[in-house]
Amino acid sequence: MLILARKVNERIIIGDDIEISVVDIKGDQVKLGINAPRSVKVYRQEVFEAIQEENRKAAETTSRDIPSLTQFLEPGASGESEEKDSEEKP
Amino acid sequence: MLIFTKIYGQLEVDDKQLIHFPSGLYGFESLHDFALLDAHQEPFYILQSVEKVETAFILINPYVFRPDYVLEIPDNDLEEIGSPEQDDVLVFAIVTIPSEQREMSANLQGPVIINRQGRLGRQSISLNPVWETRHLIVREMAGKG
Repeated sequence: MLILARKVNERIIIGDDIEISVVDIKGDQVKLGINAPRSVKVYRQEVFEAIQEENRKAAETTSRDIPSLTQFLEPGASGESEEKDSEEKP
Repeated sequence: MLIFTKIYGQLEVDDKQLIHFPSGLYGFESLHDFALLDAHQEPFYILQSVEKVETAFILINPYVFRPDYVLEIPDNDLEEIGSPEQDDVLVFAIVTIPSEQREMSANLQGPVIINRQGRLGRQSISLNPVWETRHLIVREMAGKG
């Protein structure tokens, strides 16, 4: 891995059209400014990982039965309705 | 076309149900071809990998439980699925169903977008951080979100 030391307001250029600047440093937090073409997607790594992880979890749960959504929405139908004064509907 | 599905066994699907994902899904980048099926339980759909029977996802139309959902994604995600007209874009959220089924959640941060004319799809990442990976469907549908 290439490691570069930069101070506030100093920049790094990647390729022809990506520019990263150090906007601010406070304690252990660094604020970065990123200039890149719209075709370059920039995400926080944890967002990316959270979606991967949720996909893996979602793929595992398909081995279980798929519930019908309505069973949770009709009062009393699920047996653990949150309504305290649920009315009997004809 | 006859395909094998994780949930419903062997199934005959129409070519119109086959969707190509040039980039796969996050964490499943090597799988590119899926069949979009109606689940037996409304309002869910199944996205079944054609290449790997054990990989299937449950999908929901996010507007069913969050009518206020707004798709905010990078333009080039739409370009990857052929820049469809707005009417041709289908939007889904991947559903996770834990053992306590009432706690089922939908991933609104990583919506699945499909161009139904071109039969191309991809998973996008919302540019708006209010949409998270775990929205509790039952609670939010009841207006308690």
